[in-house]
Amino acid sequence: MNLYPVRAIYMAELSRTRRTLLQSIVSPVISTSLYFVVFGAAIGSRISEIDGISYGAFIVPGLIMLMLLTQSVSNASFGIFFPKFSGSVYELLSAPISYLEIVIGYVGAAATKSVVLGLIILATAGFFVPLEIAHPLWMMAFLVLTAITFSLLGFIIGIWADGFDKLQLVPLLVITPLTFLGGSFYSIDMLPPFWQGVTLFNPVLYLISGFRWSFYGVSDVSLAASVAMILLFLGVCLALISWIFRTGYRLKP
Amino acid sequence: MSEPIIRVSALNKTYEGGFQALKQIDLDIQRGEIFALLGPNGAGKTTLISVICGLVNATDGQVVVDGFDNQVDYREARSRIGLVPQELTNEAFETVWNTVNFSRGLFGKPPDPGHIERVLKSLTLWDKRNNRLITLSGGMKRRVLIAKALSHEPRILFLDEPTAGVDVGLRREMWDVVRQLRESGVTIILTTHYIEEAEEMADRIGVINNGEIVLVEDKAALMRKLGSKQLALHLHEPLDSVPPALAAYDLQLAANGSELIYTYDASRAGGAEGQESSTISALLADVEAAGLVFKDLHTRQSSLEDIFVDLVKER
Ligand SMILES: Nc1ncnc2c1ncn2[C@@H]1O[C@H](COP(=O)(O)OP(=O)(O)OP(=O)(O)O)[C@@H](O)[C@H]1O
Ligand SMILES: [Mg+2]
Repeated sequence: MNLYPVRAIYMAELSRTRRTLLQSIVSPVISTSLYFVVFGAAIGSRISEIDGISYGAFIVPGLIMLMLLTQSVSNASFGIFFPKFSGSVYELLSAPISYLEIVIGYVGAAATKSVVLGLIILATAGFFVPLEIAHPLWMMAFLVLTAITFSLLGFIIGIWADGFDKLQLVPLLVITPLTFLGGSFYSIDMLPPFWQGVTLFNPVLYLISGFRWSFYGVSDVSLAASVAMILLFLGVCLALISWIFRTGYRLKP
Repeated sequence: MSEPIIRVSALNKTYEGGFQALKQIDLDIQRGEIFALLGPNGAGKTTLISVICGLVNATDGQVVVDGFDNQVDYREARSRIGLVPQELTNEAFETVWNTVNFSRGLFGKPPDPGHIERVLKSLTLWDKRNNRLITLSGGMKRRVLIAKALSHEPRILFLDEPTAGVDVGLRREMWDVVRQLRESGVTIILTTHYIEEAEEMADRIGVINNGEIVLVEDKAALMRKLGSKQLALHLHEPLDSVPPALAAYDLQLAANGSELIYTYDASRAGGAEGQESSTISALLADVEAAGLVFKDLHTRQSSLEDIFVDLVKER
């Protein structure tokens, strides 16, 4: 492994964020604040506590996950889509670097951004509701692992997409619905039994549940199931990426 | 001759959809030469370069760069190669300085601001180093791409139509840069549509057409082999036919009989025996003896362009 190329990609990606700071950091913070105002303060005050947690506090982990997933996917997908779109990907493909180095550079940068963003949202949430984090190390572990996994997914989407529309498609049609339906804003106990069963097929549920457990020590599914699910996701993404690079799918004619 | 720095053997490329862009290409590039790849639009020049540089997967065949297979030992092979693509591609919002340093890092080299400075200065980009790429002209952007390719000190430089869209003065400057690079030991492979560029720059010339290499030759030998020269005499009075007294010379009449054309082999003119030059003296003497008066004369040597057009037409 040569660290210069990884560093070059990583730093270039982060400097892209700096150029688009407003879009990258400020807009998710604003939209999260809006969620808190609407769900936490306005509606939440009329909802009773869930598992002994005030509704405003209950949605914090779900909201962070929502932002983490969508931002990881969109950052990482754009990061690799843009060079493909502009043609400058030729340099990446002709450089003496391994696939692993490319992925670490791009995905590392996207995941870094997401983690920072997650922490900013967490701090923002602190303005609206009193926060307690029961297992801070687990919280960080979930944050980082989820950011990496969904940045990998974003990277795959960026390679697969051959137009800006497709780039938007997956976050919009897959990630956001799964997150909303995965218990960001409710506990699945609140659903009728049939829908509880259906929800168990939603992988995002396991991420949110585990993440919420790290805050409040309560969860919809077991911690082991959450950890297994995120590792499974990670493994699938890594396998897909190695296939992409082996075959040159959508990268090399 | 020493081991070639690039050896392409039995290379085929069929694109998805079934179009065969390269057919059984065998090509050796010698260490330290300037090799010009000529061919009409769609001949396969860019495809060939792309396969060598690892941008396009070959269907079959092998590429060896400085002894390293470009698939198996891709790190070794690619680290020796700098590529300037045909299309202008840029991260529009980066600065010149950042993008060139990025390229160096990408190729695994530690930062070396001194080297980047020299590269930018040699390409007259130094004053623009803090400009964002989007604010540069087309010719400047192309030079940025060259700077990016040179940032990591390649031993081999591919220039895919380097001077397209570059004005005449700058083109000369770029040729100088290329020559300096060659002097420092860099092997250069360029494609171009400007035949004058190949004629001026190249040591050897390859012609590719319809995905096949139709000719690879020393430039000088090529010009000698295929180059013929014409002497045209502009006559005062037009002729109906070549006078019998000059029948021995294989002359043609042109321009309604007002030009007398003598075609000869340029390689033998001024040769050791000087046969052709003595023939020309004799011809001129006989023309005068035949009572023909000419007001002007000029000679014309077929350029590489003529040779090239002939070659591609033939196939
Ligand atoms: N990705 C691709 N998929 C399918 N066909 C392709 C692809 N890229 C190039 N071709 C075809 O391969 C042939 C050779 O193209 P190439 O770009 O190598 O030509 P070229 O010699 O560089 O031409 P030019 O002088 O116009 O740059 C063309 O017919 C082109 O249409
Ligand atoms: Mg081309």
